Amino acid sequence: MQPDLDLAPGKPPGPSRPGLASMRARAPWAFRWETGLALIVVIIGVAGVAASPNFLTSANLFNLGLSNGEIAIMALPMTLIIISGEIDLSVSSTLGMSSCLLGFLWSRHWPMIAIFVVIAIVGLAAGAFNGLLVTRVGLPSLAVTIGTLTLYAGIAEILLGPNTVSNFPTAYTNLGVNAVPFTGNAITYSTAIFAVLAVIFGVILHATPAGRSIFAMGASPEAAMFAGIRVKRIKTVLFMVSGLVCSLAGVLYTFRLSTAVQNNGVGLELDVVAIVLVGGISIFGGQGSIPGVVLGVLAFVGIQNVLLLTNFNQEASGVVAGGLLLLSVFGRNAASYSTRLRQRLPARGRRPAEGPAPGQATAGSQP
Amino acid sequence: MTATVLRREPPETPAESGSTKLTERVYRIRESGIIVVLALFVAVTAGIQHRFVSVSNIQFVLVNTAIFALLALGETMVVVSRNVDLSVGSVLGISAYLSASLFGGHHGFPVPVVFGAGLGIGLGWGIVNGLLVAAGRVPSLVVTLATLYIIRGIDILIVGGSMVTANSLPTGFLGIPKETVLGVPDIALAVAVVVAAGAYYLRSFRSGRELYAIGSNPEAARLAGIPIGKRVLFAFAVSGAIAGVAGVLWAAQYGTVDSTAGSGYELTVVTAVVVGGVAIFGGSGSAVGAALGALLLATINSALYVLGISDFWDQAIAGFLLILAITMDRVISVKLTAALRLRSTRRAA
Repeated sequence: MQPDLDLAPGKPPGPSRPGLASMRARAPWAFRWETGLALIVVIIGVAGVAASPNFLTSANLFNLGLSNGEIAIMALPMTLIIISGEIDLSVSSTLGMSSCLLGFLWSRHWPMIAIFVVIAIVGLAAGAFNGLLVTRVGLPSLAVTIGTLTLYAGIAEILLGPNTVSNFPTAYTNLGVNAVPFTGNAITYSTAIFAVLAVIFGVILHATPAGRSIFAMGASPEAAMFAGIRVKRIKTVLFMVSGLVCSLAGVLYTFRLSTAVQNNGVGLELDVVAIVLVGGISIFGGQGSIPGVVLGVLAFVGIQNVLLLTNFNQEASGVVAGGLLLLSVFGRNAASYSTRLRQRLPARGRRPAEGPAPGQATAGSQP
Repeated sequence: MTATVLRREPPETPAESGSTKLTERVYRIRESGIIVVLALFVAVTAGIQHRFVSVSNIQFVLVNTAIFALLALGETMVVVSRNVDLSVGSVLGISAYLSASLFGGHHGFPVPVVFGAGLGIGLGWGIVNGLLVAAGRVPSLVVTLATLYIIRGIDILIVGGSMVTANSLPTGFLGIPKETVLGVPDIALAVAVVVAAGAYYLRSFRSGRELYAIGSNPEAARLAGIPIGKRVLFAFAVSGAIAGVAGVLWAAQYGTVDSTAGSGYELTVVTAVVVGGVAIFGGSGSAVGAALGALLLATINSALYVLGISDFWDQAIAGFLLILAITMDRVISVKLTAALRLRSTRRAA
């Protein structure tokens, strides 16, 4: 099932055409997922400029950052978790819980600094709860985080009930809606935080031993364990980082809307997972890159924006997001489809086919 | 996950070894566990507030359970085959709107045709999901996440800002959830029959057992000659069809249908199924258990309301229950595996 787009030299030459194979060997970057995605982003950009003169203005870029900053930020820890072979669906509820905690404590006249500390601790604890259930109790992360998705959203509901807190000081809410100084009014604070975090996460994932071990445990947890990688500890830390980053996203979300209400962030987890998968991360773990996810963010945000500028019903943009998601998984599988087809077609005349590779037989199996 | 590896598929001889009996017993314990929790909950709540066991409240709970129990049956078939269908909420929504809008203008539209339309819409989407998963060989989590978006988006494009309101629907249609036989709501009876049929299919039909085999070990199932693609496609088609019918029931129950109908239901349904003892990675669990899981969630919901506890606690309790259920399943399965291993070493000695 692994598409192996970037592992071409390691594959046996097999039935694939010699021209293509030598091209792959000479320029492997041309066959990477990220290259195709970058092309799509450029196409979206050109289409956007063609569709509306407002597309490449700083005001539009600012609005894009404003409305997608939190989702983009949450996509970064999600990337690491999915590469490590797990999934965290509780991200949006952690955001909501953090937002409600902010409102709850502020309405009880806590100083803002103390609130931030509490929120950070609660975020870490929420992530640790996920991580410990997954690694120490040995439960599937899909089930655990569907449970905590409901649980944390429930805690958010309990905290605020039907109330809305919106009397936050303007010094803070300005951070949510103003641009970072000296950036020509194009960069929001959430965009800036995303950029900084993307660099940090990228360096950790691609240039440190810890990052390599995340890939290793995603490819094969057992092999990683026998190689001396502390699989359980690293996974727990990843979930905790996710909890912390989502709490931060919750604070940004609250200040942007100047409102803490119990349904803040509901449903965002699907957007986050969609972005990460569009960014070329394999749902089975062990494959993907942070630059890919950054491109995934751009593609996702860009398409929604083009649709907005062309007066497409904004709420229905899920059609496009879902289509993008399907395209990305089928695109990744395209190589294996053509191999299967080639194996099947001439096999009739000659000797019987060897049958599909073992990994391909598990139709629709979950990670 | 429960120790499905040890379970043999169709029992060939009546004198099946002790391991099957032991696992059978554990599953029965698992289902009776939910019944005990349910009974405790009802007893405590009724002790505090007698209104909880009044006929009208029980009817209310049963009607509320019906749609979720129905959806849980379809989801169970998908989940035992080691897949998941996240698109049920969206399918329910689009089916609710399209089928209810058939009444637009003329109230005389035959109700069975409306149900048929809902079924057809759901079946269509179920087949789309099934084909993408089975033929496209893409994980169902990703496929149904995508169709969740796509179907809801199409729904929004069709509905726009409008909605179907109760006064455009015939009273006979709106009265369906209120009809009773001997005090039991018709809907609940019908759903009970459907769930029983589904449970019987999964338990006793060859193709039903094969769904468990696929979920238990896909590779072994393939080597055993089970047509995995066909079975998985069938499970998704049934799940979709059921969601379509549930959409029509939803329209009858709530009367007002806009483009948000059923959003977020997928998580409630998965929660009910998992609380009901169906392993999220396939291979074990029963349709009756899943229906009991749905009943438990609806009962808790109603109990909170009757006790005057804000229903803001509802979600937190559901989430907590889900985590508790999977943790218990895990502990039981570890113990069971150990017990079975001990037994087989003893027999070998």
